[in-house]
Amino acid sequence: MTATRGFTGKPREKSEAERLPPGQALTTDFPVLSAGPTPKVDLAKWSFTLKHGPRPVAKWNWDEFNRLPQSKLTRDIHCVTTWSKFNTGWQGVMIDDILAAAGIEAPTQFTLAHSFDGYSTNVPTADLVGGKAMIATLYEGRPIEPDHGGPARLLVPHLYFWKSAKWINVLQFTEHDTAGFWEERGYHMYGDPWREQRYSGD
Amino acid sequence: MTEASASPITPAIRWQRVTINKIEKRTPTVTSFFFTPSAPFSFRAGQHVEVRLTAPDGYRAQRAYSIASAPEDPGKIELAIEKLETGEVSPFFHEVAQVGDEIELRGPIGGHFVWQAEDGGPVLLAGAGSGVAPLMSMIRHHANRNSEAPMLLLLSARTWEDVIFRDELLALDAKKGSFRLVLTITREAQRRAGDYGRRVDTPMIAEVLTRMRSPLKRAFVCGSNPFVTVASEALVGAGVAPGSIRTERYGQ
Repeated sequence: MTATRGFTGKPREKSEAERLPPGQALTTDFPVLSAGPTPKVDLAKWSFTLKHGPRPVAKWNWDEFNRLPQSKLTRDIHCVTTWSKFNTGWQGVMIDDILAAAGIEAPTQFTLAHSFDGYSTNVPTADLVGGKAMIATLYEGRPIEPDHGGPARLLVPHLYFWKSAKWINVLQFTEHDTAGFWEERGYHMYGDPWREQRYSGD
Repeated sequence: MTEASASPITPAIRWQRVTINKIEKRTPTVTSFFFTPSAPFSFRAGQHVEVRLTAPDGYRAQRAYSIASAPEDPGKIELAIEKLETGEVSPFFHEVAQVGDEIELRGPIGGHFVWQAEDGGPVLLAGAGSGVAPLMSMIRHHANRNSEAPMLLLLSARTWEDVIFRDELLALDAKKGSFRLVLTITREAQRRAGDYGRRVDTPMIAEVLTRMRSPLKRAFVCGSNPFVTVASEALVGAGVAPGSIRTERYGQ
C-alpha cells in the first residue's frame, strides 16, 4: 500500500531498525500475553516430562531438573502482538542437554510443548536443538515471575514468543507437525518474525 | 513441514483497505473510529483486528485493537482507541486521522476470547479502562439477540468521565433485563447505589459474584496486566473454575 497520509512513525535509528523484524516496535517493558489466569505451580509438585508420542521417555522433578547443566542465553524476543524487547537474559537447561540427560536423540522432527494450564504450541525439533532453545528457569538472574511463565518456560527466541510456551510441563515429540492451542486458533504453524508469520496464511 | 500440515488450519487473514467513516470522542482520552471494510468482513464478539500504518520511507507500524461494535453490524467496525503519549499509532489516530482516510486492517483474529449468544450464561465480564472494548461487542451482541443469558459487566474507570460507552451501558442497565452494570470508579466516589469507589479487589469480585447465579458459564477479563491478574485470581479464589476464565491483557 502507498504511505498512510500524515503518518511518519517515531524517529528510527538504523541499528535498531536492523534488529527489529518487520511490523515490530521496541519496548522496554515486558508485556504479558496469556489466555487465562496465571496458574499457580507448586515447586514441590512441579515436573517436566519428555514424551515420544504418548509414551514418557524421561521425567525430572524440580531439584533434579535444576541439577542438569545450566546455560545462559541473551537474545532479542519478538511477540506476535508487535512488541520486541532486546537483550533479554535467560538461564536454564538447553534442549540439547535435556536430550543428553535422557540418553536419547530427538526421535521425530516435530514437537508439541505443553503447559500446566493445558495450553500447547508446536515447534519443529530442528528449532529446539543445536543450541537454539532452552527450558528457562531464570530471567535476568532471578526466578521467572509466574506471569512470565515461571517457574519454567520454553525459550525459542528466534520464533514469535507464543512458541516459547509458559509453565511448560511436557515436551512431546510427534510424528507429524500438529497444531497446538494457539495454532488451532489461527496463529501460524511456524512463526518466524523475520518473515512476519503471525497468522495462518502469512 | 509435511504437505498435510502446510495447508492452513484457518483461512488466511488478509490485509484490506478500510476507510474511516466516523470519528466519535468517547472520553477525554478515548476516541472511537468507525471503519468501512472494502471486502466482506464478519467476526464474533470479542475478536480483534490489526491495523497497519505505512510511512513514506516504507516503515510500518501495526497494532492490535479489539472490536467494540456488534457482529450484527460488520460494515461498521468500531475501534475505541486510547491515546498513549509514548505511542506512535494512537497519536496518529488522535491527532492526524480524519474521516475519509484509508488505512490497512486485517482480521478478525482470535478464537478464544469470544462469546456468542448460543454459548449462554451466566457470563461475568470484568474490564478496566479501554479493556471494555471486546466486552462491549459481547454486550451489544447480547442486546441485539435479546439473549436471556444473565450477563454482568464490572467496569473499572478512573473517573465518571472516563467510563467508555457510559450512556449506552447505563441505558442497557436501566432496562432491568438480563444485563447488569456495576461500575467501580477508582479516583472518585461512586455515583450509583451498588457501584464501588475503589480499585477492583478480591472482596469486590466475591460480592459481585453473589449477585449472579452460579456456577458461571464463562468469565471474560480484559484490561491492563495488573488488573487482569487481580481480577482473575480473585475469581479463582472465589471458586470459579480456572478453565472458564478467559483473559485478554493489554500490553504496552
